[in-house]
Amino acid sequence: MTSLELTINGARRVVDANPGDTLLEVLRRAGHVGVKKGCGSGDCGACTVLLDGRAVNACLVLAAKAEKRAILTIEGLANGDALHPIQEAFLDEGAVQCGYCTPGMVLSAYDLLSRNPTPSEGEIREAISGNLCRCTGYVKQIRAVQTAAERMRSGRNG
Amino acid sequence: MEKRTTLIGASVPRPDAVDKVRGEARYVDDLAFPGMLHVAVVRSPHPHAKVLSIDASKALGEPDVVCVVTHRDVPGANVVHVIYDDQPALADGVVRYIGEPVALVGAVSRRAARKATLEVRVEYEALPAVTDTRRALESGAPVICVPAAAEGGGNVFNRMVLVKGDVDTGFGQADVVVEGEYETGYQEHAYLEPQGAIAVPDEAGSMAVYASMQCPFYVQGAVAKALGLPLAKVRVVQTTTGGAFGGKEDVPSQIATLAALVAWTARRPAKLVLDRGEDVLTTSKRHPSRVHYRTGAKADGTITAIDVDVVLDAGAYQTLSSAVLWRSLVTAAGPYRVPNVHVVARSVATNTVPNGAFRGFGSPQVIFPHESQMDRIAERLGLDRAEVRRRNVLRPGDRTSTDHRIEESVGIAETLDRAVVLADWAERLSRVEAFNKTHADRHRGLGISCVLYGVGLGGKAPSLDKAGATMKLEADGSVTVAVGTVEMGQGLSTAILQVASEALGIPMERVHLAPMDTSRVPDGGPTVASRGTMMAALAVLDAARKLRERVVAVAREVGIPDAAAAERWSEIARAFWTRNVDPAVEGWAKTEPVSWDPTTGLGDAYPVYAFATHVAEVEVDLATGEAHVVDFAAAHDSGTILNRALAAGQVEGGIAQGLGFALSESIPQKEGRLVVNGLTTYRLPTIRDVPLNARVDFVEAAFPAGPFGMKGIGEVPLMAAHAAVARAVAHAMGRDPARYPLDPPYVRELLSASA
Ligand code: FES
Ligand code: FES
Repeated sequence: MTSLELTINGARRVVDANPGDTLLEVLRRAGHVGVKKGCGSGDCGACTVLLDGRAVNACLVLAAKAEKRAILTIEGLANGDALHPIQEAFLDEGAVQCGYCTPGMVLSAYDLLSRNPTPSEGEIREAISGNLCRCTGYVKQIRAVQTAAERMRSGRNG
Repeated sequence: MEKRTTLIGASVPRPDAVDKVRGEARYVDDLAFPGMLHVAVVRSPHPHAKVLSIDASKALGEPDVVCVVTHRDVPGANVVHVIYDDQPALADGVVRYIGEPVALVGAVSRRAARKATLEVRVEYEALPAVTDTRRALESGAPVICVPAAAEGGGNVFNRMVLVKGDVDTGFGQADVVVEGEYETGYQEHAYLEPQGAIAVPDEAGSMAVYASMQCPFYVQGAVAKALGLPLAKVRVVQTTTGGAFGGKEDVPSQIATLAALVAWTARRPAKLVLDRGEDVLTTSKRHPSRVHYRTGAKADGTITAIDVDVVLDAGAYQTLSSAVLWRSLVTAAGPYRVPNVHVVARSVATNTVPNGAFRGFGSPQVIFPHESQMDRIAERLGLDRAEVRRRNVLRPGDRTSTDHRIEESVGIAETLDRAVVLADWAERLSRVEAFNKTHADRHRGLGISCVLYGVGLGGKAPSLDKAGATMKLEADGSVTVAVGTVEMGQGLSTAILQVASEALGIPMERVHLAPMDTSRVPDGGPTVASRGTMMAALAVLDAARKLRERVVAVAREVGIPDAAAAERWSEIARAFWTRNVDPAVEGWAKTEPVSWDPTTGLGDAYPVYAFATHVAEVEVDLATGEAHVVDFAAAHDSGTILNRALAAGQVEGGIAQGLGFALSESIPQKEGRLVVNGLTTYRLPTIRDVPLNARVDFVEAAFPAGPFGMKGIGEVPLMAAHAAVARAVAHAMGRDPARYPLDPPYVRELLSASA
């Protein structure tokens, strides 16, 4: 075991890690269980987190590689009780069913909208094509990202 | 039927989604208990073998290993209790499929548990394996299943027959007869949350289980049986469940039993969560099938007879195969009026992973054939494919293939008409033809499919068609409700809150649905067969009626007029408390008994049927063989819709799963080994593959005995979608596929075959 210093959702944390531990394992052990494991092999996107603002599959990143970088997990997105516009849009559009893909999907959308506030439908598809959802057929998730984009552009929420 | 008001049908947002978008919903792997062990499973590498010895000494010497459990340590019956009890919890003397659990390691970490499985030495002696149903049915094939479970003799678990009218007469009246052989393969549920359970030894020698599941009462029964405990000493709590689709109907009984065996042995909490790869390789899937289908029709398209032979590959143990097979049997004719019917259906044992429930439950395997046959009849007779269906669909007063006269809530014709309008069928057909004339590299195709689905367990398991609910008026006027069927993503909890609030006449915010816990509600059967919401809602309505009566009485006593009950609800609740009035009620629901005769296959198979018609348009790249869905229309009759957005969500998700089944999802099996590497090689539909322009509508032929007129919806969308997509590809190619999936290699094969 070694200890790593990670910055998770703006807070500095010292966590124990085995040499081969992935960021997913370490985050979940540190209590960030909103980061989901659907496969562990980079195929489903349920473990998506932001590393220095970019969406990554936490199951494919060695925890040690995340040192000195800003990690954002789903738990860090809302501001207290106030949900992020993307989260609001997922609720309003009915884009959540079992919810297991939701944290990853929301963070992939966050990555997209932070780079591209006016994505086309094709760009949204592209951005969340690495996030599998077995429940929804994706229809309402696309709509949620579009709604969130509109609201974020006009600076309003809800 | 209850009066329907504003809340019923409204797209009320789901309250459970808030925790989910915040990442605060707790799924089973997110939970931990003090002193909890992690369980890993030692599994058979052989499809069929004798187990000569198990030596755990080396594993037990590892520092973090606490126990190794084998069949000798099972305190109760060594079975995974489902229907036949032929499947051992842990192999005793023989293994029958690759991946069968042989021993369990309990260790302080998952990593240590996994590692130690390699240190458990198991000696096997290979036995001849039978891994395909053709071989299993040959005379002289070795019997590879538990003989007591093979009701059909040899390797035949079950053999069921349905005979209505006289097929010889029927074929004699036919002007055309078409005949086909159809095969489907494995479909993996791929619920995004893998299987998992935590067993926690509780006070007074009892066991609590927390798990991802559809059927808490099945899990309770299985764990009690394996531990030798009375049911009352096993409490099962459902954790937030990340998708199920039938995959968490029977399998959690196994997962929870294994976790409980370690917890019992070590007297510590024990968690078993499967890795994705392990989950895909070792848990149930949709039964691979072989169906022979012969249809006779008159020149006007009316069907005169069908003769169907169904073979399902059950895998090594019975689990739910008898029930799945039954649905194949009674659904074989589809939503059509067929006077003469002969169906023989067999579930056959092979040395492969046991197959179980998957959305549709034995019906997709006969829907692909019945819809292919329908198109071929239309083609032979030069009729429009929608029109030939219109001439055959069941109308109120008709009799189904099981001779069930259905009077009410028969909306199949309306779904057909609506889907044809939504798709702009005739116009689209001519556009497709024009497209194909001008494109040599790509062709488009249009497919249509009509389905019938019996809601509930019906004649196969009438004792399961019931449901309970409890309702408690708290002293501040909030109301706690509990039901016995579960939320697994489909939206049941929201629909239940709508129904409870509607029936009590108070806002939804005042009603809270308690987590599913078997100690809180009576055994109300499983959350399967598209019955969960309908049955729980009926039980909630019963409870609400009882509570309303008391509310009215108490209100009168304290001088509150009936009309003001809603506004002065808190005052009334307070009066319950001060006057020592019992604030708790129980609701109960059961369906009308159905009568079905296993010798003829005839009778009133189900209390009610749901229907749907889907229309898909695809584009096929003639060079690569890739098929892409470009347009979709879906019309459903699920009776009254309680929540439109949730119902549409079910349909959209079902379309995606259906197109996956038709186009990409499959797992090759070689000598009992599934050739698949988790989600890396199992090809699920992504956001690139689904039609985002699907038009979804509901015709709502109300079911008078249902809550506000609703019946079920959950499984129906998948059932209709795959056949619409497959038939669209067939139309684009001008070839009739004989198997799923219509992946690029198979499409190229069909295209290169001479017409
Ligand atoms: S868990 Fe990381 S991609 Fe699936
Ligand atoms: S909502 Fe269940 S996987 Fe997406």
